[in-house]
Amino acid sequence: MVGLEHYLTVAAALFVIGIFGIFLNRKNVIVILMSIELMLLAVNINLVAFSSYAGDLVGQVFTMFVLTVAAAEAAIGLAILVCFFRNRGTIDVEDVNVMKG
Amino acid sequence: MITADIATALPEVVLAGFAIAGLMYGAFGGQDRVAGRLLWATAGLFVALAVWLGLIDSGRQIAFGGMYIDDAFARFAKITILLSAAAVLVMGQPYLQRRDLMRFEYPVLITLSVIGMMMMVSAGDLMALYMGLELQSLALYVIAALRRDSAKSTEAGLKYFVLGALSSGILLYGASLTYGFAGTTLFSGILAGVTEGPMPLGLLFGLVFLIAGLAFKVSAVPFHMWTPDVYEGSPTPVTAFFATAPKVAAMALLARLVHDAFGHAAGDWGQVIGLLAVASMFVGAIAAIGQRDIKRLMAYSSIAHMGFALLGLAAGTEAGVQAMLIYMAIYVTMNIGTFAFILSMERDGRPVSDIAALNGLAKIDPMRALALLVLMFSLAGVPPMVGFFGKFYVLQAAVDAGLTWLALAGVVASVIGAFYYLRIVYFLYFGEEGAGLDATMPAVQWGFLMASAVAMLVGVVNLFGIETLAAVAAQTLVH
Repeated sequence: MVGLEHYLTVAAALFVIGIFGIFLNRKNVIVILMSIELMLLAVNINLVAFSSYAGDLVGQVFTMFVLTVAAAEAAIGLAILVCFFRNRGTIDVEDVNVMKG
Repeated sequence: MITADIATALPEVVLAGFAIAGLMYGAFGGQDRVAGRLLWATAGLFVALAVWLGLIDSGRQIAFGGMYIDDAFARFAKITILLSAAAVLVMGQPYLQRRDLMRFEYPVLITLSVIGMMMMVSAGDLMALYMGLELQSLALYVIAALRRDSAKSTEAGLKYFVLGALSSGILLYGASLTYGFAGTTLFSGILAGVTEGPMPLGLLFGLVFLIAGLAFKVSAVPFHMWTPDVYEGSPTPVTAFFATAPKVAAMALLARLVHDAFGHAAGDWGQVIGLLAVASMFVGAIAAIGQRDIKRLMAYSSIAHMGFALLGLAAGTEAGVQAMLIYMAIYVTMNIGTFAFILSMERDGRPVSDIAALNGLAKIDPMRALALLVLMFSLAGVPPMVGFFGKFYVLQAAVDAGLTWLALAGVVASVIGAFYYLRIVYFLYFGEEGAGLDATMPAVQWGFLMASAVAMLVGVVNLFGIETLAAVAAQTLVH
């Protein structure tokens, strides 16, 4: 029997993989965009699992909003990335270093 | 029913309509040639809406089934946001014009982010919170990369986007946990659930994730890494915008969330916010000492100031929220003046941001140097400038709430921080003369610089009455 905790575990695992994907990745900014997407999808699994478990529709409505915003976010991220590529000719994470903090 | 809801949210609806109309006008009415006109119209509308919000006194109204709350607290934050956004638009106009950055998308994107901020401060539900926050953030990512042909500006946009999206993800994970363990996304529902016994562990996790996500947006340590790079890389008018309105909105949203949704667990979030506050004050004060670029310096300065505002919030009392609101209003006023100066920093017509360029300005342009001196003293919190009173209210609220150690840490941090503000004053008056700044300054920026500096001096009398307004606002928030 698959219960709520199984869904939450999968979502937590995906979320952590997403965060590690952002911080450990040294190659490519596209991978960062994919990691962000993974985090948002983990949240969606959480929301849908809670919604179905509690018999409450609000969580699924929230999921729809998250999906919409994720699409807009990916579009803007790619647009900024294209501008960055035109200026620098590379999208390696290690080359995002004009300014040092 | 729906009519009443829309009437409550009418300022946002008007702004959204204006944003769409402005976009159409720009796209079909002459592209960037109409940008100046659009910019002035946007600033005018912001001021008009601020006046309108200031005049209506509708008490506390709730719309869209509790998702949207219009109360004195929201109106205070909205007026601050609208006025500062209008000021930044107007004073950035000469800079944008001269650098060929005057695009019609700029005022439209600012309008969209302002709508997002207004939604944030009025949010009464996790969904409204998230949508407002994303509307604000998505518009800000784009204007950070406004100068498309500059490696610095696009890098700033990219860094802001990646870290902003990460913070949104963290916030959203917290929202999903909160929803799961409270069974509702409404703040009032979460509050009602918390009263029954101790807080469930899942809800506590949700709260911590939510606070972490919002700490990114207010650039509190340890979530501040993006701030210096984004401030340095973005075009200066955009930096001025980042340093003012979004900070007020995120701070107000944080206050709304912890008080409206988790008001009965003040002991839990008070510790987290107190830790963020102390870390921000110290990192902001110490890391700024080594900076040579005035925009990076202002980034660390804003981190330190956010630490103080968070200290007010950490108190968890009505006086704490009042102190936070007063602090934010004063902070925004000081920053508008300082950025009016930074916008005018030019040598032979080219913008400079090295603080060494300030050497000997007092001899070239005594009025400007004097105004900057007043603002630096005020930012450092030297009495009798208004900046001192902002810090005073916060520290008093912290001491009254029993956070004496945090208040003491705040005093120490502000003494350390005073060093780099005073160093700028030293450069202005006693620096060795070298290649200085041009003595010219656009009239608009001069006006804002002087108005802000005068406000820092005259405001000592009664703080322009914001004290009572903030008290009323805090009263509606804290139950």
